[in-house]
Amino acid sequence: MTIHDVQANRRQILASVSAAGLTLSFAVAPKADAQTAGAGALNAYVRVAPDGIVTITAKNPEIGQGIKTMLPMLIAEELDVDWKNVRIEQADNNPKAYGRQFAGGSMATPMHWEELRRVGAVARAMMIQAAAQAWNCAPGDCATTPGNVVNTKSGKTRSYGSLALACATITPPDPKSLTLKDPKAYRIIGKAMPQYDVGKIVTGQPLFGIDVQRPGMLYATFAKAPVFGAKVAGADLDAAKSVKGVRKAFVVEGAADGMAPAGAIGQGLLPGVAVVADTWWAARKGRDRLNVSWAEHPTSAQSSKGFAEQAKALSAGKGQRTARNDGDVDAALKGAAATVEAAYSYPFLSHANLEPQNCTAEFKDGKLEIWAPTQNPEPGRQLCARTLGIPAENITVHMVRCGGGFGRRLANDYMVEAAWIARETGAPVKLLWTREDDMAHDHYRPAGFHFFRGGVDAAGNLTALHDHFVTFGNGTVAASSAGMGGAEFPAQFVPNLRYEVSMMPLGVPTGPLRAPGSNALSFAFQSFIDELAHAAKADPLAFQIKLLGDKPVVGTAPASYGAARMVGVLKAVGEMSGWANRGKLPKGEGMGVACYFSHLGYFAEVAHVAVSPAGDVKVKKVWVAADVGRQIINPAGAMNQVQGSVLDGLSGALHQQITIASGRVEQSNFTDYPLLRINEAPPVEVKWVVTDFPPTGLGEPALPPAIPALTNAIFAATGKRVRSLPVTPDMLKA
Amino acid sequence: MAYTLNINGKALSADVDGDTPLLWTLRDTLGILGPKYGCGVAACGACTVHVDGQPMRSCQIPTESVGSAKITTIENMSAHPVGKKVQAAWMELDVAQCGYCQPGQIMSATALLAKTPKPTDAQIDEAMAGNICRCATYTRIRAAIKLASGQKVA
Repeated sequence: MTIHDVQANRRQILASVSAAGLTLSFAVAPKADAQTAGAGALNAYVRVAPDGIVTITAKNPEIGQGIKTMLPMLIAEELDVDWKNVRIEQADNNPKAYGRQFAGGSMATPMHWEELRRVGAVARAMMIQAAAQAWNCAPGDCATTPGNVVNTKSGKTRSYGSLALACATITPPDPKSLTLKDPKAYRIIGKAMPQYDVGKIVTGQPLFGIDVQRPGMLYATFAKAPVFGAKVAGADLDAAKSVKGVRKAFVVEGAADGMAPAGAIGQGLLPGVAVVADTWWAARKGRDRLNVSWAEHPTSAQSSKGFAEQAKALSAGKGQRTARNDGDVDAALKGAAATVEAAYSYPFLSHANLEPQNCTAEFKDGKLEIWAPTQNPEPGRQLCARTLGIPAENITVHMVRCGGGFGRRLANDYMVEAAWIARETGAPVKLLWTREDDMAHDHYRPAGFHFFRGGVDAAGNLTALHDHFVTFGNGTVAASSAGMGGAEFPAQFVPNLRYEVSMMPLGVPTGPLRAPGSNALSFAFQSFIDELAHAAKADPLAFQIKLLGDKPVVGTAPASYGAARMVGVLKAVGEMSGWANRGKLPKGEGMGVACYFSHLGYFAEVAHVAVSPAGDVKVKKVWVAADVGRQIINPAGAMNQVQGSVLDGLSGALHQQITIASGRVEQSNFTDYPLLRINEAPPVEVKWVVTDFPPTGLGEPALPPAIPALTNAIFAATGKRVRSLPVTPDMLKA
Repeated sequence: MAYTLNINGKALSADVDGDTPLLWTLRDTLGILGPKYGCGVAACGACTVHVDGQPMRSCQIPTESVGSAKITTIENMSAHPVGKKVQAAWMELDVAQCGYCQPGQIMSATALLAKTPKPTDAQIDEAMAGNICRCATYTRIRAAIKLASGQKVA
C-alpha cells in the first residue's frame, strides 16, 4: 500500500463521521504559536525550561486510549530528550494552533506519526542552531545527546535548558527539510511507557469531567423525554423548588436542530426540564418531584419488534438501491455446488461510558467557559455558539479527561445543555446525567438486518454472494453509522456479488460506537463466510486464505484491500492458536476464526469457547494477530487497546442489546444492560505482525473480528449457528 | 442536619439530608472526589469505599446510617500498607485505560488482599466481579493483584 492509498482509506474511513464536521486536512501543519505558549517555548507544542525540563503539549482529547502519552512520545523522540524530563500538558481546544483535535476513527496515529516527529525535529534543529551560533561553528558540526547539543569537533556541550531562550530568535526550519531518525536509534518510540497520569489515577486525584469544581458552582440535572425530541407538556416546577437546596427549576424549549439531521451524529439541545441545586443529590431529588408530562411524538409508534417485522417484509422485495452488482449472482447461485441462505441481525447498542455524560459551564459578561469531557471539542463549541446565539470566539473549551469515549463523546449534547443551563442560572453549573439518562439518551449503534444468499463451487471457491441489507435512514441518506459501502468485504473477491440496501425511517438517534459500521458488519459477513466454508466442507481458516487469493493488493483507492497483509495475520493467528489441532478439543468446545480490515488495521482472531449443556458460553481464550504496520509506538498502551477492544466486542456480543418499545429505550442501567466482568474475561494473546507500512491506530480495529470469532467458535462447539445478537443460552441449550 | 463522619482518619462535618448517599456527601459536600459515580445502584463498583475495612458501595449508604464507622477512600490508600502495594502494582503494570473505575478497583483489590494475602484466580473473580471496567482492563487488573500479592504474574 502506498501513502496515497493510506490517505484515500482515511477518506473512506471518515466518511461515516464526516457529516458531524469531522472534515480532515491530511497535512495539518504544525503552527508555530510560540508567543502564546510563553517563555522558553519553541513552538505550540514544546517548551524548555532552564533546568532542562521539557513540557510537551498533548493536543488531542484523552479518552483512555493513551494519546496524552503517545503523541508527546513522537515529539520527544525527535527532539532527543530523556522521557523522565518530559512533562505533559493537556491542550485546550485551539484549532488555530493544533488543527483538528478529536479522538475518533483510530486516526491519531496515522495523522500524527509523521507530523509530530517533525515538530520534535524542528525543535531539535533550533537547539542545534542556537548552540552553533553560541560556538560560532557550523550546525553540521553539532549533534545531540538526550537534552544536550554536542560539538562533535570540540567536544563541548550545552544543555537544551541553557539554549531555550536563544531559540526565541531562531527561525524554525522547514519541517520537510529535516531528516528524521533511523528507527534503530529510537530511545522512546517502541518502549513501553506507562500512561503519564497513572500516578494520579491510582491515587484518585480529580482528573475527570465529573471532578471539575469552580468557585460558586451549582449542580444540575436535566430531564428529557423518553421519546426522543418530545416537548415538555407540563411540569411541577414548584414541587422541585420545594426541595431543600434546589435553587432553580425551569423548562428548556430546546433548539430547532435538537435532533441531528439525517446522517449526522449527535443531538443538540433537546426539550427538557432543568433543576439546579447546591448539590447534585438535591437537584436529583427535585427532579424526582417534577412529574413531567410529555407531548405526543410520532416516534412513539416505533419499536424494535416493528423494525424486525418491517425488515423481513422489505427483504422479500428488491432493495431500494443497489450498492454493488458484479457478475450475475442469480445465475451463479443456480450453478453452485452448494448454497446457503441465512438472515442475520444485530441490536442497537449503547456506549455506556462508565463516567456518565457531564459538563461544567460558566457564562459571564457574554463569554462562555466550558470544561468538557469530549472527544470532539470544536464541533461542541460551534454547537454552543449556534444554540446560544453567541460568537464562537467568545467560547473557550477546556478538554478534560474522559471516563471512556467509545464514540459517545464525539457528540456534544451534554455540552450545549450545560452551557444553556449555566446561562439561565447565572452561575457556574456542573451538569451531570444520571446513568438512566445516559442509557436513554445515547446515539446508539444502529441495529441492522442482513438477508444473505451465497454459493460455492465444487472446488470450494466462493462464487456468489448476495446481501440485502435492511438498515435505517430517510431513503436517501443512511442514519449515522448505519450505512454500508459497496466495497464491503468480500466485494472485489467474489466474481458474482450483489449488495442491495433498503432503509427504514427511525426516530431514535444513532451514531458511531467503537469501530462504527465494522462492529456490526464483521459479525454478519464473517459469520456468513464461515457458513459458506462449512458448506464447502473446508477448513474455515484455509477458506478465508483461499478467498483472499494471491494478489497483494486488491482494488484501487479508496477501496484497496491489502489481501497479503490479511493472509499474513490469518496464518499467524492459525499458528499461535494451534488451529490445526482444534479437532482434539473435548466435546462442547470449539474454535472459531474471523478476520477484518478496519481503521487501516488488519486483524485476524481465533476464539476458543466451551458451551455448557444449559447453553452458557465460556470464552477460554482469544488469540489476535495484528498488522498495523512497521512500528508499535507505545507497546504498553497498544496491548491494552487490543485486549480491551477484544473484550469489548465479547461484552456486546454476549450481553448487550438496547430495545425500543413505544419509541423509548427499555434498558436503564447495568442491571439490564450488563457489561463484561472480570470473571468472564478470557486471556487475550496478541502478536504484532510487522510489515513495512506506516503505523496506524489501535483504538478500534481489534474489535470487529472478535465477535464473529466468538460466534464461529460457538458453531464449532455446538453445531448451532448464532445469527442474531446478543448470544443467549436459549439459542444454545442442548 | 450536620453529621460528623470519620473519614480517612479525620472527623469531618457535613450538613446534608440524612438520606443523601455517602457518595454524594463525599463528593459534593466534602470535596472528596476519588469515589466515582457510575450507576447509583451498586452495579458497577466505581464508588467503592472501605467501611471499617469492608469494601462497600458508597452510592447505597445513606449518610445518616454511617454513624461512627471508619470510612476510608482512595485518597487514603497511600497510607494503607496493602493499598500502597496495590497502587504500586497498578502503576507498574500500567493497568488503566480511561482510569475512571480504577479507584473502585483498587479499593476492592486492597480489601481482598487485606483478608486474603495470596488469592487464587477464583478468589480474585469473586472479590472483583462487582467492579466493572468499561475499558475491560481485566487482564491487567488480575495481573496487578497477583503482583501486589507477591505471586507469579501469568
